[in-house]
Amino acid sequence: MSWELIFGQLKWSSLVFTGAIENPSLSEFIASGAGTVAVLGAVASVILLTVKGWWVPLWRDWLTSVDHKKVGIMYIVIALVMFARAVIEAALMRAQQLSAYDSTGFLSADHFGQLFSTHGTIMIFFVAMPFITGLMNYVMPLQIGARDVSFPLLNAISLMLTLAGAILMMVSLVVGQFSTGGWTAYPPFTGIQFNPGEGVDYWIWAVSLGSIGSTLTGLNFAVTIYKKRCPGMTLFRMPLFTWTTLCTSILMIFAMAPLTAATAMLALDRYAGFHFFTNGQGGNMMNYANLFWLFGHPEVYILILPAFGVWSEVVATFSSKRIYGYTSLVYATMCIAVLSFAVWLHHFFTMGQSANVNAFFGIATMVIGVPTGVKVYDWLLTMVGGRIRFSTPMLFHINFLLTFILGGMTGVLLANPSVDFQVHNTLFLVAHFHNMIIPGVLFGMFAAVQFWFPKVFGFRLHEGLGRASFWCFAPGFLLAFFPLYWLGMMGATRRTYMWADPDYLPWFALAMAGAALILAGFTLMVVQIVVSVRRRAQLAAPLGDPWDGRTLEWAIPSPTPEWNFAVIPQVVSRDAFYEAKKAGHAYRSPVAYEDIEVPRNTATAPLIGLFACAWAFGLVWHIWWLVAVSFLMMWAVVIVRSFETDTTETIPAEAVKAANEAFLAAARAAPGVSREREMTSDNRGKALPEGLESLSGPVSSGAAVEVLS
Amino acid sequence: MSVSERLHPGLNLAGTDPEAHEAAEEVMFGFWIFLMSDLVLFAVLFATYAAMSVQGIADGPRPAEVFDLTAAFVETLLLLLSSFAFGFAMLAMKYRESGRGVLAWLLVTGVLGAAFVGMELHDYYVMVTAHGAPPQASGFLSAYYLLTGTHALHVSSGLVWMAVMAVQISVMGLNTTVKLRLMRLALFWHMLDVVWIAIFTFVYLFGVVS
Repeated sequence: MSWELIFGQLKWSSLVFTGAIENPSLSEFIASGAGTVAVLGAVASVILLTVKGWWVPLWRDWLTSVDHKKVGIMYIVIALVMFARAVIEAALMRAQQLSAYDSTGFLSADHFGQLFSTHGTIMIFFVAMPFITGLMNYVMPLQIGARDVSFPLLNAISLMLTLAGAILMMVSLVVGQFSTGGWTAYPPFTGIQFNPGEGVDYWIWAVSLGSIGSTLTGLNFAVTIYKKRCPGMTLFRMPLFTWTTLCTSILMIFAMAPLTAATAMLALDRYAGFHFFTNGQGGNMMNYANLFWLFGHPEVYILILPAFGVWSEVVATFSSKRIYGYTSLVYATMCIAVLSFAVWLHHFFTMGQSANVNAFFGIATMVIGVPTGVKVYDWLLTMVGGRIRFSTPMLFHINFLLTFILGGMTGVLLANPSVDFQVHNTLFLVAHFHNMIIPGVLFGMFAAVQFWFPKVFGFRLHEGLGRASFWCFAPGFLLAFFPLYWLGMMGATRRTYMWADPDYLPWFALAMAGAALILAGFTLMVVQIVVSVRRRAQLAAPLGDPWDGRTLEWAIPSPTPEWNFAVIPQVVSRDAFYEAKKAGHAYRSPVAYEDIEVPRNTATAPLIGLFACAWAFGLVWHIWWLVAVSFLMMWAVVIVRSFETDTTETIPAEAVKAANEAFLAAARAAPGVSREREMTSDNRGKALPEGLESLSGPVSSGAAVEVLS
Repeated sequence: MSVSERLHPGLNLAGTDPEAHEAAEEVMFGFWIFLMSDLVLFAVLFATYAAMSVQGIADGPRPAEVFDLTAAFVETLLLLLSSFAFGFAMLAMKYRESGRGVLAWLLVTGVLGAAFVGMELHDYYVMVTAHGAPPQASGFLSAYYLLTGTHALHVSSGLVWMAVMAVQISVMGLNTTVKLRLMRLALFWHMLDVVWIAIFTFVYLFGVVS
């Protein structure tokens, strides 16, 4: 038995720590430090789980769960853990660029290349995607009055494939190097000729796992929305977040396939000597650019549309007003989804196609500004005449409106091919897309966490710390990215690790300060969560409706019971729960309860995830026996599962009735809280509807609701 | 919608099996969507092939030099006949509710499908040995092998699925779960036919003509 047969290309020197021993330098120490943190993090988790005796609950209640709510929470946990890594990498890159004025700085060029590649890959595939997927998982079935998604096990498998990809990213910190090819991994640079070794392979398999998971998610959610809406929930009565989830799911179904094809072709080029994207023998890297951006451009709308949905819910709720222009928001969402497939070529205006082609794609790109503009006006007009509360999600929303428009305008600039020729591949572009994705997607997700947290866990987040983190994030973002517009226009190229132009220095310093503020914002957010967990008794809002919510998810207790709705609701209008509250139908006992069938927990999904991870690791290191064994095991799990007949369990009607009647009794007995007091400990999760409050005054309205119910 | 309004054609006749029809609604629709995303993958591979079969030939052989139209024609017949046989399996499931009938027709389908994959492997062998046309020879051949190989891989997974279903019919009988799985396998198998017709037309016929 030779070493290669068992361990493939793995060697002792593949471990990141050997670099620091053989070639001591600050760059290597940082790499080893990151590896150490990853290992220590894993060890600490194992110790914590063992000491607290959490292994069994973790396996029994979480990893084997197929409940869409738990799956959603796990997605968001993945996103937050990966965010911590990627945001630290961002700060490290800023520090390097600041220190690299007229010197080489403290990182090696190669290390810097890995940093921007992992930062981009993680932020897109393992922060933004799991974040939106987790949120859609939790919220969408509740908004359409469903008990579950259409394919709960498939949902868990999607999660585990994404987790497998994320683990592979973390492993690359410790074993071997990551790609230096950026998150787009353009060949021929990422081809075997210029980039031998395991780095690009890590990228290929981590991204492929995430991509397959997302395809399955899109298919699952689209079917759920088409088939599982409660009676009366017509398409045009769906909440806007559900609408954006539907459009995102359709985009996922269509857009992930080109990525899977592109990564498969790149893998064939690298592993088997094919010639899709090589130099010579008929290979053509432009095919890669086309395939990648045929995915990559719709991808930015996959990310932004759910955030648009969040903004629509947040602005209506915290303005205590029906959303302005519901229909136009729906059509704008659809327009954006369709147009997203007509613009991919603007990512390579400068790569040699004809002026006519550039003009077509330039115009198509600019056209997307129209439906987006419609949305912005709708959000603004929702606030007009509304009763606005400046809570944390609303602060994020207002900040989003201001900064997103600036980002959009620079997008229109870039959509003009002649301008694009001037600034392409500079930090101007980097500034533009961070300007879209951070206020749009990331802040949208942060707002969603603040907004739906009491729904998920039954207690609110600490408002003061939430605002404090906002006041770090918002200016931090401006400082970190607006200088990059200037730098870009001065000619500073992206992905460059050292400089000689003294004019750049102050701008890089500003950007560094911004990165520090963003780190502080993230720290405050973590502190906010920890403090809120500690004070959960004070912040408890078990009655389910802390913000005077408008859609169905607020009609049920918090945290949501396993069966979501004790009885499937019947809907007669948009903003179903709000209308029920106004009409006095809310918190009414149903006529009868029935047994509820829920899918049983199963080890299928975590086993598939485990073998998928082993399979990908084997491929990265050319450990062929592991590849074969884990591939066969993965399918063996699927086949064995298909013989399982006892896949559901029944919750008796009595149990549902007991829980639900207790909740309803508590809700009816509660006086309700006015909007002035919604951030105080009076807020147990039953809001006084805004309309009733103004009719009868805050004191007597509690009684009014009780009489009506 | 009442059950009678959304009957699924592959299942038993109206009224005999309302629960199966109810369950079919969601899983069959979901599988159609899966097929759609799979077709997007094939569309991307076709587009790649379209570009590379013209511009990716480099110094390698041209399409007309390496394709054996007779073999491709026989393969087409095999695959179409296997789909035809699957049709009989579904008829046996719907009208006779006979596990044996379904098994027998699945066996015919599987043998024809396996013959198809076997012939395709033989084609590859001939191309590599007689024409010096492995996938590494040019971009065109890379795209050709990936497109037809992906199809062959799908057919092979269909065969594995078929084998699993044969065991399930024997062990579990023709219950609702098994019926719905057979219906999905049928859709999958027919889709592979559709994709192959496109491959036969755009790859083989166009390739030999040009």
